Amino acid sequence: MLMYVVRRLLQAIPVFLGTTFLIYFMVFSMPGDPILALFGEKTPNPAVLEAVRAQYHLDQPFFMQYLHYLQNLLTGNMGTTFSGQEVSDVLARAFPVTLKLVLMAVVIEFILAVVIGLISGLRKGGIIDNTNLVVALVLSSVPPFVALFLAQYFIGIKLGWAPVTVGANTTWSAMFLPALVIALTIYVTGMRLMRGSVIEAQSADYVRTALAKGLTRRRIIPVHVARNSLIPVITNTAASFGALIAGTTVTEGIFNIPGVGKVLFDAIVRGETVTVVSIVTILTILYIIVNILVDLLYAVLDPRIRYV
Amino acid sequence: MSDRTIEHYVAPIDENSAVEVDKVKLSETRSNLWLDAWRDLRRRPLFYIALAMVLVVTAAAFFPEWFTSVDPKATDLAKSNGAPEPGHPLGFTFQGADIYARIIYGASTSLAVGVLTMLITGVIGIPMGALAGFYGGKVDSVLSRIGDIFFSIPYFLAAVVVMSVMPSKNVLTISFAIGGFAWASLARILRAEILQVKNLEYVMASEAVGRSKFGTLVRHVLPNSLTPVIVYLTIALGAAITAEATLSFLGVGLNNVISWGNDIADAQTSIRVAPGSLFWPSVALTLTVLAFIVLGELLRDALDPKARARR
Repeated sequence: MLMYVVRRLLQAIPVFLGTTFLIYFMVFSMPGDPILALFGEKTPNPAVLEAVRAQYHLDQPFFMQYLHYLQNLLTGNMGTTFSGQEVSDVLARAFPVTLKLVLMAVVIEFILAVVIGLISGLRKGGIIDNTNLVVALVLSSVPPFVALFLAQYFIGIKLGWAPVTVGANTTWSAMFLPALVIALTIYVTGMRLMRGSVIEAQSADYVRTALAKGLTRRRIIPVHVARNSLIPVITNTAASFGALIAGTTVTEGIFNIPGVGKVLFDAIVRGETVTVVSIVTILTILYIIVNILVDLLYAVLDPRIRYV
Repeated sequence: MSDRTIEHYVAPIDENSAVEVDKVKLSETRSNLWLDAWRDLRRRPLFYIALAMVLVVTAAAFFPEWFTSVDPKATDLAKSNGAPEPGHPLGFTFQGADIYARIIYGASTSLAVGVLTMLITGVIGIPMGALAGFYGGKVDSVLSRIGDIFFSIPYFLAAVVVMSVMPSKNVLTISFAIGGFAWASLARILRAEILQVKNLEYVMASEAVGRSKFGTLVRHVLPNSLTPVIVYLTIALGAAITAEATLSFLGVGLNNVISWGNDIADAQTSIRVAPGSLFWPSVALTLTVLAFIVLGELLRDALDPKARARR
């Protein structure tokens, strides 16, 4: 196991260097003055312009610039937003909110996937199974921002069952609606994994043995079938955790949730590309870290992985 | 063992002539993966619904004048957020433009981005995945590590960065921004498929009769590994349409183009008073994406003999 952890961490180093280089390259190899491009259609304040130029060491060769950028990144110096706040401070304040939202979404997604997948798997090919598949497919096709708007309009505005926007009031209950919407648009993958492994488990030897020794269905289904079908669903949920942390931009923007996604959303809408690039870099690094953890989790849950 | 004598019965030649056997085979309907898939698809009502939706969107993209004679750019502020009226079935936007006409004229944007992104994803992803899977060794190490890097940046975030710094925001640049990162998943899927196919007998046979390694890859291995690629690309087309709309919604998408995402973004400020201008483009967007995803799912089922048997 230790060897596996070490190998997996070593593999992450080139990926880390590659992704940061790629992001840097995308931004700073654009034709024209990259600093002016970062400000888009706005005319920056000369002091801000100088600060950004200094931050990115544009007077030096490209590769040296990248090394400086990497050094800044590793020491937590991510520059300032246009309003003069440290990007790292803003992110540190916003992160717990995002974490809360994503955790809630992931828990709902997991429950939906397990329960609906189990029912579908036990009634394979029946009308319930087919309805479940079609509903999940439709829900997963609705673009997230459309789903969020529809929920906001019908549940928030028309019915008044949930706050229309979250704002500073980041309680669990205020963020339930956006978390539920996220969960509904992504549970399809987990549900299918659960359904597939439930179908497989029902004809597995250990289930036949349990039946043969006279256990009831009531005991076999939760203990033997469901529990052994959970591994792929757990790892899928963990993987979507990473994707969600990196992808709450639209959700937080629409529901005005003051998390990392909202910071990114505001920066995009205002055209503050410097901040956009910093946050995307941080989110990418987080995404890589979560993916490593998912792989390790997989190795813990399924010993066969370690020996590949 | 008993000492029973075993009698072998040999049929007389005229009773099972090789000619007859061949004749039977020839008269049977030819069958291959694609024919089987087509027979399977033909029986599924959902396939026709999805196909009809795709055809309608395609027709609207190429010939919007078939569907509406209203100019989507004509605005009449007197009708701002106006209710539906004859000739304007879905009402008016905040700017006083006809919602229905804007939806029809927005189809070409979505379809163009979807198809272009699919092409870019395929053109980069197929060679990367095929070469890595088939040649293995050093080629695989290098190509797969490059793929890992692109795979590790969430492609939506990458597209946000590219579009933010891109001086010109048009259909081509947005397709590159999305497809330029989405290919990494495709390459992984194809690589895994080729790893399975390349050890099959017909691949060995192809090399044994003297075809070059690259020739074998192109002639035998690749065509037999394309199933997951086609499914992925169909679904990716739908996903690219969503990505374009989302980027436009965030304001880093297309400029000065009629696009469902732009219209939805513009309508969000008046969601409380005039939900229609947000609702209808959302419906058009969702149905289009759904049609491509359903097509992809049906293809996945139809092209997988094991899935067909399970149903």
